[in-house]
Amino acid sequence: MRLSGVDKIYGNGTVALRDLNLKVQPGEFVSLLGPSGCGKSTALRIVADLGQHTAGRVDRPGDDVTDARGEIGFVFQEPHLMPWATVFDNIFLPLKLAGKSKNAARDDVLSVIEMVGLQNFANAYPRELSGGMKMRVSIARALVTKPKLLLMDEPFAALDEITRNRLSNDLLRIWASTSSTVMFVTHSVYESVFLSSRIVVMAARPGRIIGEIPIERAYPRDAEYRLSPEYAGYCRDVSALLNKAME
Amino acid sequence: MTDLAVSPSNPTPVKWRRAAAETAAPALGGVIFLIAWEALVSHFQVSRFILPPPSAIIVKMVDEFPSLLSALGFTASITVCAFVAALVSGVTLGVLLTQNKQVERILWPYAVALQVTPMVAIAPLVVIWVGLNRVWLGLMILAWIVAFFPMLSNTAVGMKSADHGLRNVFSLYKATRWQRFRYLQLPSALPFILAGARISSGLSVIGAVVAEFVAGAGNATGLAWTIVESGAMLDVARMFAALFMLSAFGLTIWFIMAKVQHALLSRWHESELVQRVDDERRKHRYARHALDTGKTNRAPQRRRQDLWQWHSCSSRP
Repeated sequence: MRLSGVDKIYGNGTVALRDLNLKVQPGEFVSLLGPSGCGKSTALRIVADLGQHTAGRVDRPGDDVTDARGEIGFVFQEPHLMPWATVFDNIFLPLKLAGKSKNAARDDVLSVIEMVGLQNFANAYPRELSGGMKMRVSIARALVTKPKLLLMDEPFAALDEITRNRLSNDLLRIWASTSSTVMFVTHSVYESVFLSSRIVVMAARPGRIIGEIPIERAYPRDAEYRLSPEYAGYCRDVSALLNKAME
Repeated sequence: MTDLAVSPSNPTPVKWRRAAAETAAPALGGVIFLIAWEALVSHFQVSRFILPPPSAIIVKMVDEFPSLLSALGFTASITVCAFVAALVSGVTLGVLLTQNKQVERILWPYAVALQVTPMVAIAPLVVIWVGLNRVWLGLMILAWIVAFFPMLSNTAVGMKSADHGLRNVFSLYKATRWQRFRYLQLPSALPFILAGARISSGLSVIGAVVAEFVAGAGNATGLAWTIVESGAMLDVARMFAALFMLSAFGLTIWFIMAKVQHALLSRWHESELVQRVDDERRKHRYARHALDTGKTNRAPQRRRQDLWQWHSCSSRP
């Protein structure tokens, strides 16, 4: 995935992104970190082709294939599930839109349901689930097409810290087992240091990249890493860079 | 220890008790009302030309049952035809209007105009157009005009009510226009359409009755005309008999619509959750608790404790 010289200027003249250059290697876990309004979500939407950029070039996985749907998964800040459909049907949706029958998709759907730990809830409706479980469904829906690139826009921002930590652990486990590439937008230093293999820090007005920090710690990462001096050191470095971004 | 027989996993007694309370209480209220009516009328010796006692109304109803029933059949068929026409045309037009901004801009003012023009004012015109030998068609058109607009506006609002984030999900997976309509807009609109249908069903009864009044004598032989006719003959008991049948018919329609709405929405929509939510929540709380905290082994223990609290609260006077 590659963004080269991408600009985004809104109709009213606001410059949301200026000359954004970012290259993400296959298998990386990259976090985009920055203050609100720095255009990190905008950048993610451009990668997902949900928003148009004004100038520059975007290379996505699957650009060489004619039917590229399903190459990119997107997890939004809110779960955005269909309230009238069961967990199973919600996760089945991307495959249904691609024209797959329910029987043909059953194994794929059940395997991601198990991956996110909801095997007992396949027939539950969204309103019967807690916030954390809804987010698991949303993640499963993004994974069901086996995307090469998984985009996540502050997916855990609305959850409590305990649930967030559990989901972070599970996300790393899932990421390790699927070998997909993840771009993760967040405004939490701690979350990004725990999850990422690389952190890209952005500044606002105009939205631009001001630096990046590789996180060298090997995976799998666990609770012990959260308490290590290494983790604290990274948090300090990233916070310093973020402070620079806010100036 | 017999208390434990009533458990959340077997809620039938609770459900039954609730259902009984829901029907018995209003029925009892009705009976008390009728008895009081009967007693007051006989005590103050009210003239039966002003307010007949319920017993007289019931006798009248039994005596004239065949003619009242055929009048009800006339009114009911007009109501149902008008309602079905409003349902089909309202939903179809509501869907079409929201597919294209330009069409909506052009047609919407006329839909509103149709709604705000009093039906009573159009009635003579419609009756002339369809001809006096086809009054039932005129009545149907008039009732349809009244019932149509709630269907149209509710469908249109419902079609636009789809969750913004879900629309993004559909865009991400390159959904076709048909897929978007079938799997996103239509289910999102369903609660609105059903709410519209409930309003419409009531309005089509009113529409049919008012149309019958306005269309006047001759070929209209429904319950509304029975009331007008009996009034002219000062047969107040017969007026009440027709009125009661009309109310019973309106209630039946309303009740059927409520059942349909419940059947279609009860699994997921907030408006239908009041009764289900307690049972369901109890069922899922333990599993959810386990998943969010990772403590699976504590669930059964909590369940019994919870059940105990739940039951001892509800059985206390």
